[in-house]
Amino acid sequence: MSAPLLQASGLSLRFGAIAALDDVALEIHPGEVVAIVGESGSGKTTLLRVLSGLMRPEAGTVRYRDPAGAVHSVHDMGEAAMRRLHRSDWGFVHQNPRDGLRMRVSAGGNIGERLMAVGARHYGGIRAEATAWLQRVEIDPERIDGMPDKFSGGMQQRLQIARTLVTHPRLVFMDEPTGGLDVSVQAKLLDMIRGLVADLGLAVLIVTHDIAAARLLAHRLLVMRHGRVVEQGLTDRVLDDPQHEYTQLLVASVLAA
Amino acid sequence: MTALGYNFGYLDENTKRMIRRAILKAVAIPGHQVPFGAREMPLPYGWGTGGIAVTASIIGTADTLKVIDQGADDTTNAVSIRRFFAKVTGVATTERTGEASIIQTRHRIPETPLRQGQILVYQVPMPEPLFRLEPRLAETRRMHALADYGLMHVKLYEDIARHGHVAISYGYPVLVGGRYLMSPSPIPAFDNPKMDRMPALQLFGAGREKRIYAVPPYTSVRSLDFEDHPFVPVRADAACALCQSRESYLDEVVVDDQGGRMFVCSDTDYCGTRQSHREAAE
Repeated sequence: MSAPLLQASGLSLRFGAIAALDDVALEIHPGEVVAIVGESGSGKTTLLRVLSGLMRPEAGTVRYRDPAGAVHSVHDMGEAAMRRLHRSDWGFVHQNPRDGLRMRVSAGGNIGERLMAVGARHYGGIRAEATAWLQRVEIDPERIDGMPDKFSGGMQQRLQIARTLVTHPRLVFMDEPTGGLDVSVQAKLLDMIRGLVADLGLAVLIVTHDIAAARLLAHRLLVMRHGRVVEQGLTDRVLDDPQHEYTQLLVASVLAA
Repeated sequence: MTALGYNFGYLDENTKRMIRRAILKAVAIPGHQVPFGAREMPLPYGWGTGGIAVTASIIGTADTLKVIDQGADDTTNAVSIRRFFAKVTGVATTERTGEASIIQTRHRIPETPLRQGQILVYQVPMPEPLFRLEPRLAETRRMHALADYGLMHVKLYEDIARHGHVAISYGYPVLVGGRYLMSPSPIPAFDNPKMDRMPALQLFGAGREKRIYAVPPYTSVRSLDFEDHPFVPVRADAACALCQSRESYLDEVVVDDQGGRMFVCSDTDYCGTRQSHREAAE
């Protein structure tokens, strides 16, 4: 197996008396989709923020391997390098598309921003790329000059994904990407994400409380509770044969349609 | 004759020293905004207090001062500032671009090319080129520090997508020395190319925002653009009604209430010089 893209060990972070992260370790390899599941307040989002460098842990390290093969400590790399990483090799898809999009900038501009941030200076090229990505995420290219606040929730989320993937990142963090969408839109979005992940060979770290979404997308699963990883393994193994009592509860509480 | 009761150049020597330090730092880091302690000036913010503070700190007895407002020497703002300095320094003033050693300007760069040894002082209302795009100043400072200027290009992209061209006619953002994004103050985009590798020193003073920045002589100043949508300086397609110039920047003046209008040079010294040359030739 290839060397891990991201490797975290011994992560701990407390918010007052609450342990948001308690000695968490995690590895993600190129092309792998890892889901973090757990109830609200179990530390999923905190873990994502710490892994992506948006938050600093009290203890532990996160190491990232760049395309050249050099390994960097995410929390010691400095702000400039961190920004460069976040707009080229990494992507972050927020739960609320309003956090990840510029609502007063057209769809094309939103997709183009990351391209321009890494140095694209050809208007026609940027526009062609934006059109191609709109098609890819199933938004009518006619709406390239439309404002995201005129888009439906599902379209906004797809636009956010296009904007994130346009620079061909190798690792994408997704924080509840299907949250707040109705079920049919969720299904379509999950289908699309699955297609893109397979096409682009992305490594994805996805936080979700939706077991069904995790089963559909993830190769591996981590179950979190009270800041600890209580169980992890291949998705099907964990969901079909849960060992930890909390995982059993989680799997049992999925409503059968 | 200098007015009694004032220090030379109005400002006290300690303030001048502080401003000169800011200027030196600004020159050392072309395009970088340096904070300074703006002083109360005998005219309101927005009328050129930043430019006056800079001029007051660099002016010496041997200097000759020219002040222009929108290119004109004879507008209220220009006349007031020129009189002010004549009063508190007693230095010679002029309306000729070529004779001046310091030119304080609002919204224009003179048509006559500046030469080495001259200093152009701009009055700047808003020094931050990103302020319409990013309202948090702490964040814009971080963007400058990291040279993270993608957002400015997003604005240009949006303009082209919406209007077919970059719809910024004044205050067109520039990249100084290949590093810092800078607002050229509200000069017309037409004047931007004059800033590039200009032999004169360019100083920018923003009084209300308390920032000084500078472009040293012979520094590259590039207007932002796209490869397939290059920067084009815009000029009214007409000749000056007074001097027939087809090269200068023109003001459109409404002359009656019947829709009548004329185009005249905004640079009064340039226009006047051309007119007198023509008369002399006739």
